[in-house]
Amino acid sequence: MDRHARQRLFGYLARGAAALVVAVMVLVVAVTIYRGGRVFITDPAIMITPPGSRYMLEGDGGFLHAVLGSIFIVGPATVVSMTLAVSTAIYLQSDYSSERFSDAVNMFLNVLWATPPIVYGVFVLTIIIAVGARTSLFFGIVAIAIFQYPIMTRYTDEALRSAPDAVKEATYGLGATRFETALMTVRAALPGVIAGVIMGFARGIGDAATVLFTSGRSTNMPAGPFEPATTLPVLIFDQAMSFNAEVRSHAYAAAFVLIVVVLGLIVVSKLLAGRYARYTPGGRHS
Amino acid sequence: MSASTESGDGTDGATASDERIGRRLLTERVSSLWLTGAGYFAIALFVLIVLTLVYQSLPLLSEYSVVQMLTSSNWSPQQNEFGFLPAIVGTIYVTILSMLMGAPIAILAAIYIAEFAEGRTKTIVSSFIDVLAAIPSVIFGLVALIVVVPLVGDYIAPAVGSGATGLGIFTVSLVMAIVVTPFIISLSVESLEALPDELRETSLGVGATQWETIRIVLLRAAGPGIFSAILLGFGRVFGATIVPAMLIGGQTQIPDSLFATGQTLPTLIVNDFGELMSVPIRQSALIFVGLALVIVVWLFNFGAMLLRKRLQQRWQYQ
Repeated sequence: MDRHARQRLFGYLARGAAALVVAVMVLVVAVTIYRGGRVFITDPAIMITPPGSRYMLEGDGGFLHAVLGSIFIVGPATVVSMTLAVSTAIYLQSDYSSERFSDAVNMFLNVLWATPPIVYGVFVLTIIIAVGARTSLFFGIVAIAIFQYPIMTRYTDEALRSAPDAVKEATYGLGATRFETALMTVRAALPGVIAGVIMGFARGIGDAATVLFTSGRSTNMPAGPFEPATTLPVLIFDQAMSFNAEVRSHAYAAAFVLIVVVLGLIVVSKLLAGRYARYTPGGRHS
Repeated sequence: MSASTESGDGTDGATASDERIGRRLLTERVSSLWLTGAGYFAIALFVLIVLTLVYQSLPLLSEYSVVQMLTSSNWSPQQNEFGFLPAIVGTIYVTILSMLMGAPIAILAAIYIAEFAEGRTKTIVSSFIDVLAAIPSVIFGLVALIVVVPLVGDYIAPAVGSGATGLGIFTVSLVMAIVVTPFIISLSVESLEALPDELRETSLGVGATQWETIRIVLLRAAGPGIFSAILLGFGRVFGATIVPAMLIGGQTQIPDSLFATGQTLPTLIVNDFGELMSVPIRQSALIFVGLALVIVVWLFNFGAMLLRKRLQQRWQYQ
């Protein structure tokens, strides 16, 4: 094979690989939407019917409790996590820490980012056992917040890093304190910071392993912060393993809701990031 | 300032501005404390996780020898038998197999995005891949139950002469390859795009084809990044929980073929935790699994970091 034929061959291979990945993505989304959408059309009440006590066996009732559980767990977790993540990112970026310390913290953040979610679940569960509590909404929030923290910090850090230096110089030049300067930097990088928070939220809402043992697998509506709750991914995980075909079909309806939410969040964060790139000198040019 | 002093309300103005500065400095001090705390939070969390897991694993470690547990294939917590070998073998099979399937495709796709694709196509393809990265893994498992499981059970496994239900090591590996691909792609694209254009120009300028440029120059220059992406991908597959739990079949045995059902370390936790929490030694055994997972994943991570540094020193292109 001469070198130009090889060039063509690998050109095709690279195209083929990219096409394959895109095709898989389209397949996954299409199957979820088609199967889940079909359940919705035949039985639109599935979304709002409260689940019965034996619904895992008999398939009566829907998944509103899991939708609410997801909101009540991932919402507060995102607020907690965001507060911590933005603070950490500011500390790493501004003139609070030395470069060496920033590097060290970044290393720990990378390691936390790569830590399997199930480990966070086990970690929080050991805390639950240690304090003699039981699985509940509150500990679900704790677990998800820990899970989201490194993800959000990474995105926020990146956004702050690409904020123009001129902002910092100008605010210091006017006699601002470090904190005031930091606030202005966050403001300059706001769309990127928000996009990072949304990505963290999307990851949090899709994760099952962290909440599996920490918030419980309740089939009731979430009743209070120290009562068990469940989230959409946990519900899908449980229902998908059911022997009852009707219960399994409900898993697709729940997956439909989940994927629509996640896709929506990605579109929003992409739009924000796009807007952000346009206002940043030397930003992305695509 | 002097003008206002003369007009008579100077003392008021001075105290007001003093107050304002005082308040600003107070804010600065308080916020500085808070931010410093937040800066140390990542380290504190890391240390806390390690200490908790180690402490909770102690009851098990004081009664059983690690070597014996890691090499025994008898897992029956009900009889206080903790042999981790089947889950370890299962995890290794899944990790290696899915990287063999996923990594080449991921690298080729990354090359396409970074080097071949242009303009609109590039934007579209890379946002498709971002979407793939954000799809919750439970949805991959769910879709795999109706797409991949019958495919493996009815066609692929019989084709190689193995009777199987479709649940098992191979299915998990295939799906995990899909889950981990976008992750490797985006890291590889990042390191390819970080390369200076002079590299491409020089290579093309001496008459190399685009593929030769990529293979000889760019892959070498971006090699550290791509290697560490693959190593991080290893860590991802190793710690994956939900997809294996849905698709592996959950039998704690040493798999005798690639289509056999099995167990991975994370699925061991998922499948047994609910029932075992009441007995301290069994609970300790599962927390030990968590500890082992964390140690291995962190080793992959530090390995990726070191490898990257070493290779960057060795494969300098400047």
